[in-house]
Amino acid sequence: MVALNHYLVLSAILFAIGTAGVFVRRNLITILLSIEIMLNAVNLTFVAFGRALGAADGQIIVFFVMTVAAAEAAVGLAIVIALFRHRESLNPDSFTALKW
Amino acid sequence: MGSDLTFYLFAAVAVAASLLVIAQRNPIYSVLLLIASFGALSGLYVLLEAPFVAAIQIIVYAGAIMVLFLFVVMLLNAPHEETEYDERVHPLLQAAPLRFGAFLAAALMVELVWALTKGGGESGAFPGKAVSGVKEIGQILFTDYAFPFEVTSILILVAMVGAVVLARREPH
Repeated sequence: MVALNHYLVLSAILFAIGTAGVFVRRNLITILLSIEIMLNAVNLTFVAFGRALGAADGQIIVFFVMTVAAAEAAVGLAIVIALFRHRESLNPDSFTALKW
Repeated sequence: MGSDLTFYLFAAVAVAASLLVIAQRNPIYSVLLLIASFGALSGLYVLLEAPFVAAIQIIVYAGAIMVLFLFVVMLLNAPHEETEYDERVHPLLQAAPLRFGAFLAAALMVELVWALTKGGGESGAFPGKAVSGVKEIGQILFTDYAFPFEVTSILILVAMVGAVVLARREPH
């Protein structure tokens, strides 16, 4: 019988995959995609807990998380475009102007 | 029993697609695989009796956000990571630091699984009834969560203006 724990473990695995993506990849767009994986893992946790508690609040929080994710994607991709115009590169290691 | 099998199927698709997302060097493939992962997650939301979330997962995430990513990947026309720069030049990108990052992620996963399963006992099966109707969700959204909902509109407006300002070409 699949219960709450199964969903929570799946969510933990997905979150770890997203974290690994942020560490391992050297491409700004893939790093943003990894952040989306992490947000989705958290969404799954919210919905699973909401289902376990018999409340609608989990689904409503997911609604807000998706709104924030959409805003984050729009602004993040705009920043990526602006950075690419400057350096012709998507490698985060080529943007070191603020490094002391 | 059938729903158990469906859970494992969707979970396997989600994990495999997410792993492939971070294994690709070409972001186009990453974006398309992430759409597959979101589709599997949407199936999981259906299993959790949350059809509203499943629908907006497909419409907003797979439909809108990922298309935005796809547009940017194609617009920038720089699909591949620069492998020479990647692996030979930069000291932080040798195998050891990358392995360290992957190790940190694995440690995070073990900790999360341990913390989440430690409760055990009472966190067994789901209760029989679930709040899944759009009507109930809408009623709570526009009463208890009315203020956050309105703030959301300001957030979207700010993001819209910010994206336009950031991506605008500098007038010379």
